[in-house]
Amino acid sequence: MIHAGLNTYVTLSALLFVIGFFGVLLRKNTLVIFMSLELMLVASTLALVAFSRFNGTLDGNVFVFFILTIAAAEVAVGLAIIVALFRMRRTVQVDELNALKH
Amino acid sequence: MSALLFNLFALFTVICAVGTVVNKNAVNAAMCFLLCLVGVAGLFVQLDAYLLAFLLLLVYAGAVVALFLFIIMLLDVQGKQSISFKSFSTVAAALAAGLLLVGICSFATRGHLDAPNPNYGSGVGAALKPYAYQLFTTYLLPVQVMGFLLLAAMLGVIVLSRKLDAVEGTS
Repeated sequence: MIHAGLNTYVTLSALLFVIGFFGVLLRKNTLVIFMSLELMLVASTLALVAFSRFNGTLDGNVFVFFILTIAAAEVAVGLAIIVALFRMRRTVQVDELNALKH
Repeated sequence: MSALLFNLFALFTVICAVGTVVNKNAVNAAMCFLLCLVGVAGLFVQLDAYLLAFLLLLVYAGAVVALFLFIIMLLDVQGKQSISFKSFSTVAAALAAGLLLVGICSFATRGHLDAPNPNYGSGVGAALKPYAYQLFTTYLLPVQVMGFLLLAAMLGVIVLSRKLDAVEGTS
């Protein structure tokens, strides 16, 4: 049983962030990469809420408010870009989206 | 009790996060992401941030994951997505992730704040008034900027999802 101190919360948040980071590097499907990015964002909000709780202020929670707003806007724009890309190239695999490489 | 719940939610969240990353099927990955968000919301409740847990479920699990599922079904990119765990890039990704984890944990495990701050009342995370007070005094400018950002994002999405006749004609 692990004690739920600030260190534990920050370590858990780091672990989630790293899992998301690994997904961004590992996966080839643009949609799953985008989902992993969202996972990294959620991990950072967990760290902010933990800091806020253990320091007795509300600032971290307000930051999480802003992060949620930003994430909603980011997902809308990102998915619109992916759909536009799919319309032009007929694929969402990053292996085949290499127009800038050649 | 609190420690048990924390352990349960932490384990659940990490397992679902791994499931999101390694799942071959994009729909299953989205479902794992949904469960991961539920776990994070449970951790928020443990941290007395009830309002944020509710908002996370509402905005992320309700809107963002639903949007992801819509797009996955719209694009219909199922099957033929094998993940090879032997290639060079996979090893490099694992190495980079491990280094990042060690780097963060090297300073994440230094502090000693074991008990939550007693000044933070148990009802603060659930009440709207303190949030609203902060948002409309200290963070008034960011709120305005955020409204403008949402407007810009909305316009951007409209422009992006328009039919691009000129571009599609040439391709």
